[in-house]
Amino acid sequence: MMALFLRDLKLSVRAGGGALIGVLFFTTVVAVIPFGVGPDLNLLSRIGPAIVWIGALLASLLGLDRLFQAEREDGSLDILLMQETPLVLTVLVKCLAHWTATGLPLVLASPMLGLFMNMNEVAIGAVMLTLLVGSPAITFIGAAGAAVAVTLPRGGLLVSILILPLTVPVLIFGVSAAYAAVEDPAPFFPPFAILCAITLFFAVIGPAAAAIALKNSSE
Amino acid sequence: MSEPIPAIKKFSDLANPTVFLGLTARIVPYLAVLTALLFVWGLYLSFTTEGDYQQGETVRIMYVHVPAAWLSMMCYSIMAASALGTLVWRHPLADVSAKAAAPLGAGFTLLALITGSLWGKPMWGTWWVWDARLTSVFVLFLMYLGLMALQRAMDDPSRSARVSAVLILIGFVNIPIIKFSVEWWNTLHQPASIMRMGGSAIDPEFLRPLLVMAAAFTLLFFTLHFLAIRNEIWRRRVSAQRRLAARMANREG
Amino acid sequence: MSHAFYVNLSYVFAGLITAIMIGWILLDGRARRQEMAELEAAGIRRRSASPAKDAEA
Repeated sequence: MMALFLRDLKLSVRAGGGALIGVLFFTTVVAVIPFGVGPDLNLLSRIGPAIVWIGALLASLLGLDRLFQAEREDGSLDILLMQETPLVLTVLVKCLAHWTATGLPLVLASPMLGLFMNMNEVAIGAVMLTLLVGSPAITFIGAAGAAVAVTLPRGGLLVSILILPLTVPVLIFGVSAAYAAVEDPAPFFPPFAILCAITLFFAVIGPAAAAIALKNSSE
Repeated sequence: MSEPIPAIKKFSDLANPTVFLGLTARIVPYLAVLTALLFVWGLYLSFTTEGDYQQGETVRIMYVHVPAAWLSMMCYSIMAASALGTLVWRHPLADVSAKAAAPLGAGFTLLALITGSLWGKPMWGTWWVWDARLTSVFVLFLMYLGLMALQRAMDDPSRSARVSAVLILIGFVNIPIIKFSVEWWNTLHQPASIMRMGGSAIDPEFLRPLLVMAAAFTLLFFTLHFLAIRNEIWRRRVSAQRRLAARMANREG
Repeated sequence: MSHAFYVNLSYVFAGLITAIMIGWILLDGRARRQEMAELEAAGIRRRSASPAKDAEA
């Protein structure tokens, strides 16, 4: 399992810097927003956490369709299917590797974008923490979508359409936790705890569903 | 269609498409007539009953809005049950049923959204409120459309059925979470100033047309669902026979 | 605008959407039946459609 994790990690790092493109997309999306809403720093600092979260959500959807497609093309997916280790576990490990390669860089890049958005230190810390906890959930639920669309020739767009409605809870609780850290009356912990719960829940549901979909699409 | 209808001896005989076709051919006319009668009765009731003293005439929108919203949820539940049937029992009709239900569900959800916003305009003063209920219904509508896109994107019907069944079930698990999170989000962002419907304290004056219309819409859904399943079965038979014919032509040629 | 306008409009939309769904399903069914008839006319039929004849052959 560790070998699979390292292999996936190496592949995604080597394959044209997938992580770098994700971060670049993230930066571009966030950088475009001020041109749309105007350079008012007060407004930007108020909507900052939401913008950073939405940017991260879109950026993490970007590479998802490649999660299983490369394996399918070179045939190693069949080997993964025939292994003795349960497929759910394999999918989970692949998700973790994918998250480390694409999700973690987004989390690390978020403070810099927070500075662009004129957010204060507490808000930046809160956004980073909520992204760290919430972005795996997007990867897990996205894995199910990627597995569903693995046989489609141009599944990338479809994966995004199918997955985005399902990520609404993650976005809501991520953003509200980030806001709660800044604004006094709202407590930070309850939405954060629910965000953790959602991530853990999707960590079970996502890989299980992806495994079922992969098994069914390979027959 | 003069195929002999095999007798139904066991519940599992319903899985036979030919049996199903025969059965629906007999049931659907009655269903359609019953639906039409209920609609006549329901429409008569909903236009003759008194308006609400608070909401005035607009309460009549409720008689189409609430049944459509109810159907949008029931249809998804039916699709989830069909998805379970596809994945667990490999029921041959389950995936046909799920595929036939998706456009109907999208239609009724759209109807619920349109009537909801037509109700919102005179009552709340705006076409759209980011209210918990409206927002989750909108997310449901997007999910219907995504599922329809997925079901039509694949060539092989049985594989697409199993794969979209997985997605239907994920969505089914997710709907309560989405509902809950949208409610949380709503209370966070705006004080609960939105007018709520009178809860369970609906006057019987309104309840009667509402129930009749709900029954009429439900029967309409089942009639259309049966017909759509029938169409889907025929579509698959035609494509299977075309493939067979092409193969035979190849062998001879 | 009067409330009756919104009420009527919502009933019109309800009628429209149900009409579209009913129409689509009926037209779809007619097209499928047409295709079946064409195939039948071309001499291609389901194996189970006439089991008696198959058994004789």
